[in-house]
Amino acid sequence: MIMGIGEIIFFIVGAVAIASAFGVILHPHPVYSALFLVVALFQIAVLFILLDAEMVAFLQVLVYAGAIMVLFLFVIMLLNLGRDPEAAPASWKLVTLGLGGVLGAELGWFFLRRAVPPAAIGAIDPAYGSVTALARTLFVDHALSFEITSILLLVAMVGAIVLGRRGVD
Amino acid sequence: MGPEIGIAAIKALVVLLIVLHLTVFLLWVERKGSALIQNRIGANRASIFGVLPWNTGIVNTLMADPVKMFTKEDFVPEGADRLLHFVAPFLSVFPIFVTFACVPFGDEIQIGGRSVSLQVADLNVGILYILAVVSIAVYGVVLAGWASNNRWAMLGGLRGSAQMISYELAMGLGLVSMVMAYGTLDLQAMARAQGAGLGTFLGFGRPVLDWLPAWGIFFQPLAFLILFAAGIAESKRIPFDLPESESELISGYYTEYSGGKQATFMFSDFAEVVLVSALITTMFFGGWQIPFLGREGFAFPWGGHVAMPRLLVVVAQVGAFLAKVFFFCWFQILIRWTLPRFRYDQLMRLGWKVLLPLALANVLVTSVVILLAQ
Repeated sequence: MIMGIGEIIFFIVGAVAIASAFGVILHPHPVYSALFLVVALFQIAVLFILLDAEMVAFLQVLVYAGAIMVLFLFVIMLLNLGRDPEAAPASWKLVTLGLGGVLGAELGWFFLRRAVPPAAIGAIDPAYGSVTALARTLFVDHALSFEITSILLLVAMVGAIVLGRRGVD
Repeated sequence: MGPEIGIAAIKALVVLLIVLHLTVFLLWVERKGSALIQNRIGANRASIFGVLPWNTGIVNTLMADPVKMFTKEDFVPEGADRLLHFVAPFLSVFPIFVTFACVPFGDEIQIGGRSVSLQVADLNVGILYILAVVSIAVYGVVLAGWASNNRWAMLGGLRGSAQMISYELAMGLGLVSMVMAYGTLDLQAMARAQGAGLGTFLGFGRPVLDWLPAWGIFFQPLAFLILFAAGIAESKRIPFDLPESESELISGYYTEYSGGKQATFMFSDFAEVVLVSALITTMFFGGWQIPFLGREGFAFPWGGHVAMPRLLVVVAQVGAFLAKVFFFCWFQILIRWTLPRFRYDQLMRLGWKVLLPLALANVLVTSVVILLAQ
């Protein structure tokens, strides 16, 4: 099988994404863990571009890499977190490894069962992934669920502020 | 596929060279301009063998100073994180240059039966791309501050990240109102839309107000103020230079940098000045458009027609774009040497309590007007 340039990029980017995802959980220093997560998010953005979803790709970079991860770093640096002085005991590591394995197997089973051969998808609509198509899906087809989700996020934010300020005044 | 890649590579190289030269030239404009403002002589040494009739200091700011900076010792403080200390300056300068890929420098030209748009990457989500890439530049500041193992650098890095995130919100909302007004995220399409007359663009039907070009400043003046203020804040220069305020934090996040790496941080600030000017020009001042200059020459709304060859039109338009960009670079330097620095609480209040509500109100009013006009 001869691979097109798209597939070559996909495998390189996918490998880097998985490697940096391991970096997030394996690196002892929280600042490096956060930076590995930024790298992983970037690779996922490239995967979105390969899927013709440029809008989602740049939103991914803007929101996650550009804003949320900066805040993560901000907090890590503000609290001056260094290397974790007391590493988790081995039994904990085993438990988390087992749970992670179960989750991975579950996801793999799901995707193998639901996978559709590329030929069955057929030609992709040229407007697919464009701003207009995305906006129509979000604000016309699924307007109600979109609004409910945003209210849920607002409630979560207000709740976090209330809990955070408890005892301050 | 072959020729497209070649053309894209040439365009990328040319744009990069234009931006690099403009950025370096700004170093001299800033030195001489600040001297003018402060009633000093400023840089005035090392004329070329005494040949130039007046000594403008262009040699020592553009040649002697860089040579000096890049031959200095590259010092890394004890206890610093060597890897991140090395990476941070590049993280701060690369995103800014990459952003210029989406800025249109001119209309399309015909080369050998192939029409080439004078824009490196023709993305249909251009503005989102710019916002996303600019938001990455903050990592350079944060990591420089943290990796230096210095309290002042750390404080500067924290201030920098807080400031850039706060002003990115106002900037994003300001861009949203521009996207709604033009109905596109593509900067080239925005520049092209501003070629019409203002009356035609706003859909008045009869040619009223067509003696004004449809530049963004005429129908989104508030967005211009918001974006310009947020843009200056993103470039971290006075009055928004809290991350590096020298009277409080030595040099803020780049206190522990010397030689070439410090020059890289300075350079990225200047590149950001060019970027802000290019974006302001493209969205609010017609981009490469010259009023009434169409593809065949000038056509005035009050009658009258001056025919011009196509190539001359394109060259004039690219020249107009660079002239506008340079004007706004100069304007930012003027602001930098005129205003005093904000206090930190003033900075945060301006970002969250003035610019953000104004930008939100602007988005609301813009959408209501667009809905009513439909």
